[in-house]
Amino acid sequence: MNGATDAWTLFVIAGLAGVTVLARCFFFILDRPWTLPAWAHRALYYAPVAALAGVVLPEVVMADGALVTTWHDARLFGAAVGAVLYFWRRSVMATLLAGMAVYLPLHLGLGW
Amino acid sequence: MFFLRAIHRHPEFRQGMRATAPVAPGLAAWGLMTGVAMVKSGMSVVEAVAMTLFVYAGSSQLAAIPLIVAGAPFWVIWTTGFCVNLRFVVFSLHLRDYLMHLPRWRRLVNGFLTADLSYALFTGRYPEPAQDAEGRLAQEAYLAGNYFLTWAAWNGASLAGVALANWIPSAWGLGFAGVLCLVGVLCSLANTRLRVLAAVIAGTAAVAAYALPLKLNIVVAIAVAVLACFWLEGRRSAPPREKLA
Repeated sequence: MNGATDAWTLFVIAGLAGVTVLARCFFFILDRPWTLPAWAHRALYYAPVAALAGVVLPEVVMADGALVTTWHDARLFGAAVGAVLYFWRRSVMATLLAGMAVYLPLHLGLGW
Repeated sequence: MFFLRAIHRHPEFRQGMRATAPVAPGLAAWGLMTGVAMVKSGMSVVEAVAMTLFVYAGSSQLAAIPLIVAGAPFWVIWTTGFCVNLRFVVFSLHLRDYLMHLPRWRRLVNGFLTADLSYALFTGRYPEPAQDAEGRLAQEAYLAGNYFLTWAAWNGASLAGVALANWIPSAWGLGFAGVLCLVGVLCSLANTRLRVLAAVIAGTAAVAAYALPLKLNIVVAIAVAVLACFWLEGRRSAPPREKLA
């Protein structure tokens, strides 16, 4: 399979590109003016932070579809230190650098 | 629309790039590992390059790779991609007010290029849509600055990852830099007590419902967190009238 390009995969990729456009432009594809129901306006206040938390937390605390059961996981410490650094320095770069500074030695050095 | 002179010459374009600069290395590291992952999973270089440039959505790309390799039906792969991307539907509802004055093709280009970080930075900088032509141009220029740097960092690193796939061991774990990037953005969005609660509820629900197919756990997490916050809002004497984002 490696190295061979097939039409089916390119078809799937083209569809996924369409999915990206559809999702990212969902509410402004049509020209027709329309207003939001009040509940949707209220949902906007919480939905983005909920969506990011929903994506991020499983990336940090799960492995192979199950909750990690050991503290010997570098991601837990990297993410925790990164979050603390954000609230201290108010900078995503601080989160990134401090998180990787904790993660890489644990991951590469200790194999966590 | 960074290729339009009125946009990339605008001072706000530079401001947008400056705001994105601190997160660009994390995006690049994530893009690099996505590029490596695509080729390592058995996709050809042509397929990996096409996916990088045209799909341009890290999490849905990463979710689609094992399904493509397993030969899953196309509609399952597309549905999975859409579910992983549902947060963008939420973002588009918000961005609508900022973009509707543009012709459709410009809306679609702006929308396609606006991913998580650009959305968060843009709505943080401009909590309200502009009311006049000058303000609208400034806002579009800032957004274009955000996503231009994101686009360059992601695609540059991802294409490098495709090229270098055989020399970068997955064991280095550089993909975690992308997760850390999202952790930082998540913290920046959790700026009121109810929003912190929404993040805690959603994170817990996404873990608890992880076994659901098609990454539906993320959709469940959003729904549970939003409904819980509606309920809590209703129990407080004065509902918050704070601005969005």
